Amino acid sequence: MSKAFGSKEVIRKTAEVRDASNMRDYQQSYDSFSWQEAETLLAGLPGGHLNIAHEAIDRHVIAGHAEQIALRWIAKSGERTDFTYGELSRLTNRFANVLRSNGLTKGDRVYALLGRVPELYIAALGSLKAGCVFCPLFSAFGPEPIKARMEIGTANALVTSTRLYSRKVAGIRPALPALKTVFTIDGDAPDTLALQPLMNVASDQFKMAKTDPEETALLHFTSGTTGKPKGVVHVHQAVVAHTETGRIALDLRAGDIYWCTADPGWVTGTSYGIIAPFTNRCTMIVDEAEFDAARWYDILSSEGVNVWYTAPTAIRMLMKAGTKVMEPYHFPALRFMASVGEPLNPEAVIWGQNAFGKPFHDNWWQTETGGIMIANYAAVDVKPGSMGKPLPGITAGIVEVEGDAVTELTTPMTIGELALRPGWPSMMRGYLNEQARYDKCFKGGWYLSGDLAMRDADGYFWFVGRADDLIKSAGHLIGPFEVESALMEHDAVAEVAVIGLPDETAGELVKAYVALKPGHIASEDLRLDLLGHARKRLGPAVAPKIIAFRQNLPKTRSGKIMRRLLKARELGLPAGDISTLESDET
Amino acid sequence: MTQPDLRDALIIQLGRIAPEIEIDTIDTAADLRDEFDIDSMDFLKLITALADEFACPIPEADYDQMRSFDEMLAYLKVHAK
Repeated sequence: MSKAFGSKEVIRKTAEVRDASNMRDYQQSYDSFSWQEAETLLAGLPGGHLNIAHEAIDRHVIAGHAEQIALRWIAKSGERTDFTYGELSRLTNRFANVLRSNGLTKGDRVYALLGRVPELYIAALGSLKAGCVFCPLFSAFGPEPIKARMEIGTANALVTSTRLYSRKVAGIRPALPALKTVFTIDGDAPDTLALQPLMNVASDQFKMAKTDPEETALLHFTSGTTGKPKGVVHVHQAVVAHTETGRIALDLRAGDIYWCTADPGWVTGTSYGIIAPFTNRCTMIVDEAEFDAARWYDILSSEGVNVWYTAPTAIRMLMKAGTKVMEPYHFPALRFMASVGEPLNPEAVIWGQNAFGKPFHDNWWQTETGGIMIANYAAVDVKPGSMGKPLPGITAGIVEVEGDAVTELTTPMTIGELALRPGWPSMMRGYLNEQARYDKCFKGGWYLSGDLAMRDADGYFWFVGRADDLIKSAGHLIGPFEVESALMEHDAVAEVAVIGLPDETAGELVKAYVALKPGHIASEDLRLDLLGHARKRLGPAVAPKIIAFRQNLPKTRSGKIMRRLLKARELGLPAGDISTLESDET
Repeated sequence: MTQPDLRDALIIQLGRIAPEIEIDTIDTAADLRDEFDIDSMDFLKLITALADEFACPIPEADYDQMRSFDEMLAYLKVHAK
């Protein structure tokens, strides 16, 4: 592998690296690929049925791999607990039986609000075995995002901890009449059922639900620019894409030690932090703790991680921590490193090359796509800063949308909207109860991603920005509307606009501009009060990191606050078309 | 600084990041990031603010000595100037 000297420098792969990868010849694989063939990697169930949990766990047990470690859980204390495929099969059977004995049937929605603890993984796969729809929520959400997501998805059951329940759920429970059952993993809380005693008496045998490939399996929420979050529907058939993309975009192999640092509360942490590693029969590392540079290097080294999938914010925090923290550790087992969440800047790709002797492979996809769509591969040269090339089975284009007409832009390095030809197995099947919003994503035979990008003459794609006002912070998509709504509930707030402010570590930080009602005076105390108010409702992952006071916010004639103008001014960029500006910022 | 002063100063710094959390409601021996609902970015911000406030550089390698409120206070007691 050649050394990279600058962002324009291509990181070339040697013949040795290419030959050792799952997909040795990208172009040949791309040209000859079919999803039907990819499906033959899976076992399926009799009668044309398909269940993600069977593909992830039980078929490996049937094939004689019951003793292989499926999940190695690292507690905050550093203590390790192993679960073999055989144990995971029995535990998920028990959980499916617990669901059944508490009246949950096929199609019911089972939510999880948990940190990265073993019960989360057991609940996910056990729910799928029972034919229920599983929806993971990020435990750093506050009560408002939790309530919105449980209402939209009509949650029937929730698996959580007593602490998260009392802090975040008890107060909103009266507003959730469909939520009949709450299981707590660590003892008793009022109006909940302690899970452990139920698991202990449940049978470890369960007859896998005969789910159709097109039955809903997973529900993930993503933010919209306006309005409520969208419930993205994924079906069991998605497992075909999870498995195949794990194999070719992450180079996963049976027996690999694999670590995905994403939380299952986000789609990456489910598609590639639960499903793909298990369907590819890897041993998955799960760390309960949050980011810590020394701890992460220790895990990579002592666990002998072969494939590591992480995020730009984490990589940039490692860069900041410096090389001294890294010095005591060596990573001879590390074969492939990938990154997702937001574009990985060229410096970070090159830092990886210098620090680990191999680059980070950036890739691109969305909650809606269910799996990796565009990627840098083990056997393909990396252009630092590029998201790579479309996966085999995926047709990507740069398009211009005018009214109902969609034109593909084929001139290299032309900015347009990144679009995909629909039809891959993990494509979303809908936004829950929002047909119109779903329909808006498709035009002229393309799925429109909402991301602006360019394609170069070699077929590499380059991210440019969002086409809308959505904020990408630490890899998470945040809808400004959700943040604005929470701030508007505060007594002192007259109007508010929320934007993403570029940040070298997180990509973007959530910044709120607040205009106060008469009688309220901007002060540090009020700023902290607003911050606390927002954090209490939204949780730390969504609440603004910066709050600024204004007398007035720029608005159009129709009264719409111009977030774009605030952002342009913040960045010293041209204001663009301000012909609709009626009332300006003061 | 005496220990009560240090404690107050630490509470003020935490209050700048998580103003909604009342110190009386938290378990001072439990995981600080859980108790105060702070993410990795906030944690680094807190460390930087503490290093400035107490004129003590806090190396990355010491972060695991600051897992809870009590541990953080004990650390500052030793290192704060």
